[in-house]
Amino acid sequence: MSEAVLDSEAGSVPATSGVVEDWSRDKQVFGVPWGKAMMWIFLVSDTFIFSCFLVGYMSVRISTTDPWPIPSEVFALSFGGDPIPLVLIAIMTFILITSSGTMALAVNMGYRKDRKKTFWLMVSTAALGASFVGMQAFEWSKLIIDEGVRPWVNPMGATQFGSSFFMITGFHGLHVSAGVIYLLVIAFRVKNGFYERRGGNYEIVEITGLYWHFVDLVWVFIFAFFYLW
Amino acid sequence: MAEGQQHPLKIYLWIWLLLFIISFFSYMVDYMQVQGMLRWTLILIFMLVKAGLIIGIFMHMKWERLALKMAILGPPVAILVLIALMSMEGGYIEGSRLEHYGESTFVPEAVPHHE
Repeated sequence: MSEAVLDSEAGSVPATSGVVEDWSRDKQVFGVPWGKAMMWIFLVSDTFIFSCFLVGYMSVRISTTDPWPIPSEVFALSFGGDPIPLVLIAIMTFILITSSGTMALAVNMGYRKDRKKTFWLMVSTAALGASFVGMQAFEWSKLIIDEGVRPWVNPMGATQFGSSFFMITGFHGLHVSAGVIYLLVIAFRVKNGFYERRGGNYEIVEITGLYWHFVDLVWVFIFAFFYLW
Repeated sequence: MAEGQQHPLKIYLWIWLLLFIISFFSYMVDYMQVQGMLRWTLILIFMLVKAGLIIGIFMHMKWERLALKMAILGPPVAILVLIALMSMEGGYIEGSRLEHYGESTFVPEAVPHHE
């Protein structure tokens, strides 16, 4: 490839021929900072982990002959009146989407080098994430204490319901918790000028954002396959 | 993209609103007790649209180079093979359980409700 061809494509997003050039030009392929490429590759590996869990859940749900509990009823919650189906899960879903929105804005403010807004948006994202984990803890204790579900026993139907529920939502909750810590660490570094001393590059906010959006993305799949299916 | 992913705020706010609306609809699928094939189709459509918006816009994949798109979005396609294999396997196991152990004799206990 001649230099002229490459230069003419700088800034634009090339099609298939551009992929060949990107791979054959003997330098960084993806045109993104290494931290971002590595976060993406980590997220691909995490995608496979969650996929294995969800496929495992699918297998046991197909193969069991015991009745599968109806999530809509299991996760119904009553506020004085009739139980509202799946209401806690719906609230958790909205909380996670709200946090994705505040994260997207934080990334934008980071690139505008508005440290104060970036900090507060990241802290709000972390707070929403923490409240999500809190609700999950409530949901778990309700299922364990009130309804007697364990990974190995389930009074409402197939035993595999408990095993896949605790495994999948537990692993997701762990990701949210890790994300809250990650967000807070980066938020405080943004606030105290850590990145100003390193050339004022706020790419890290976008990388943190990628992780956070991924956690939300996994929830979209869990919500569809575990709670709605 | 030397300056990183900078886009107008408007895009994020719109996608944010859209995600809320689609989530509301997918919750309505359950709330309205839509059943059967229509339920599964709606769940999958809402799920895929939400996933697409999050990956494409919030995670900026729409604006990345094709080389990155292919490297990241390509490999997970292999999961479809696993899904196909495991659903066949699951069906087979269920069949042999029914054949050897017969129908389930499970009797659900009354779920205790704490006031």
